[in-house]
Amino acid sequence: MLDDTDRRLLRHLLADPGLGTAELAERAGITAATGWRRLEKLTAAGVIKAQEAVIDWRRLGYEVEVALRFTLDKTEPRAFDEFLAAARLVPEVTGIETFLGRVDVRLTVIARDMQHYADVYRSRILMLPHITDIEALMLIATIKDAEALPL
Amino acid sequence: MIDLDDTDRALLRALSLDATLSAGALGRRFGLSQPATWRRVRRLEEAGILAGRRLVVDRAALGFGVTVFLGVKLATKGRVSLEDFERAVTAIPEVQVVQHVLGLFDYRLRVVARDIADFERVLRRRIMTLPGIGQVEANVLLTEERRPGPLG
Repeated sequence: MLDDTDRRLLRHLLADPGLGTAELAERAGITAATGWRRLEKLTAAGVIKAQEAVIDWRRLGYEVEVALRFTLDKTEPRAFDEFLAAARLVPEVTGIETFLGRVDVRLTVIARDMQHYADVYRSRILMLPHITDIEALMLIATIKDAEALPL
Repeated sequence: MIDLDDTDRALLRALSLDATLSAGALGRRFGLSQPATWRRVRRLEEAGILAGRRLVVDRAALGFGVTVFLGVKLATKGRVSLEDFERAVTAIPEVQVVQHVLGLFDYRLRVVARDIADFERVLRRRIMTLPGIGQVEANVLLTEERRPGPLG
């Protein structure tokens, strides 16, 4: 179980994931050794699943990001599994989410420009199995992107 | 924009899964010396390609069992209403992500809540009272995975 110290540590780390252990511990009001031990424990328990590097795709020349929302053919029992397996093979897909609601699956697709996006859409996305409907939301700007939780 | 070689792409891929890997550990994996690895990582950081870290936590284990994506359409548009809406929505602690989008909706929000009852509270008291809010569509997140993207 988590205690207040764990929560405080996580709150600071979620707010500023780039913090080193020493500075994090200082902000949480504990020693660096305790901070390190707590982080190890939280990682071993699976509360912290990963610390990932964020890649800025725009800096790599990927100017276009589109959220594609799919409705799948639910009369086909393997629709989800087969769709997801095929979507994982598309390199331009950077995220896959499944939902309960009007939308079944959402894919985040990046492309260098609109021409490249049109190519990916026609040659890879429309080839995915069991699609009954697709809606696109094109990203204009990310106003907020935080992992912070109101702990 | 800087040119990347296969080693740079392999480093990006490895770090996008585990940003805590040291230059020594990465170097051993890809047959580079520790200083050479450090220089490459440094160059990727300076170019802004490596843009910080993301902590991935088990939200359910922390008491946040529900994540909902909301598609929001504004009832009134115009520069002022966009600014009012953005200022108010980013201040809500349960709203983790706010994206301005083009399509069926104007904004896409990721909202965390302790359970469905808590989500209803956030939706009624915080979201539906936002300035300019119009139609809202909710989809409850079941699973999510990040993919390495075009680094292969």
